[in-house]
Amino acid sequence: MRAFAILLRRDLAILLPGGARGSAFLPLIFFLLVAILFPFAVGPEPSLLARTGGGVLWVAALLASILPLDRLVAADREAGVFDQLALRGISEEVAMTARLLAHWLSFAPLMLIATLPAAALLSLTGETFWRLFVSLLAGTPGLAAIGLVVAALLASLRGGTALAGLLLAPLAVPLVIFGAGHLARDDISGALFAAAFSLVVCAIAPFAAAAAIRAARD
Amino acid sequence: MQARLSATDLACRKGERLLFAKLGLDLGPGDMLQVRGPNGVGKTSLLRILAGLSRPFTGSVERTGEAGLVDGRHALDTERTLEDALGFWARLDGNADMQGPLDTLGIAPLADIPTGYLSTGQKQRAVIARLLLRKRPIWLLDEPFAGLDADSQSLLARLIAEHCAAGGLCVFVSHQSVDLPAQNLDLAEYAA
Repeated sequence: MRAFAILLRRDLAILLPGGARGSAFLPLIFFLLVAILFPFAVGPEPSLLARTGGGVLWVAALLASILPLDRLVAADREAGVFDQLALRGISEEVAMTARLLAHWLSFAPLMLIATLPAAALLSLTGETFWRLFVSLLAGTPGLAAIGLVVAALLASLRGGTALAGLLLAPLAVPLVIFGAGHLARDDISGALFAAAFSLVVCAIAPFAAAAAIRAARD
Repeated sequence: MQARLSATDLACRKGERLLFAKLGLDLGPGDMLQVRGPNGVGKTSLLRILAGLSRPFTGSVERTGEAGLVDGRHALDTERTLEDALGFWARLDGNADMQGPLDTLGIAPLADIPTGYLSTGQKQRAVIARLLLRKRPIWLLDEPFAGLDADSQSLLARLIAEHCAAGGLCVFVSHQSVDLPAQNLDLAEYAA
């Protein structure tokens, strides 16, 4: 538990906005760019924007979550961090659990806050905004977990970033269906399904990512 | 706890190629072993097997005591200052005193410089400082002298000698002749 706290502290110092790596604002900027560009592309008719905007923002969130995957695991693998941890008896599972939490914190909270200006740009109604907020809150942990596994799988490959999108998108389809589906329904079943899917992948992700790191160790 | 490192009938395979086979060693407290051999013969692989990071193709390794590894990779966060990057490992090593090793290696003045800006030799000294954070009976060093200036090389040789005199054991890979009373292992003799 002490080791977990130390690992989490380091991951946060590196990944959080304003942290050492300094790329944490990229997903946020991407997310807002989509909200700014979309009205230019389809025209400024408010009813059309309001009807499609929520779904567009969901897709934007998914694509934005791919951006930080590039160095999420690969940097530590190249530097031999996991080997040094293993020598100290700290398993990859513990390291990946801390990484998952730090990864989610690095992009999701800012994106959730940015949902408000994005909703205004797309003239979403207040109710749609809240539905979008809740479904993103339920779905982003799942996006982070899938992203972590993909990043760990691709850590040993050169130029894995392009592949990250190809791998993440199909796995995240259930999240988009349930999450964006929540926007169009009166009950909260969509958000609940998205949350359930998130919980399942969050539970699996540290083990899958750790196995990927160990398999690449030779 | 007595430091002990023994291996029996080790063989290492990389892909389809057998690198070395039938290698055995038995080291106790105070023992020093220099591993030599031409490039690509499997010296780094041998150290990783001894550290327990990779599985040997055949044979087994027994270790008594915690192992410390120095290899070509620094495992320090290049975006953070040396103090923060090394402090992370110091905390993992039970809030070890960091100032002592930093002073020993002469890198205390670099503490607030981002690790990425350090030279190869300075990084290598930081890596050796990490090795000193906690008393580890078994030292496994892969090319530890690479990149170090003459003074740092003799300092490291002295550190290795002191470590072994205090009951530790050390296996190091180096191509150069080092002024240490080390046994020699020429890995080429075991090449398959």
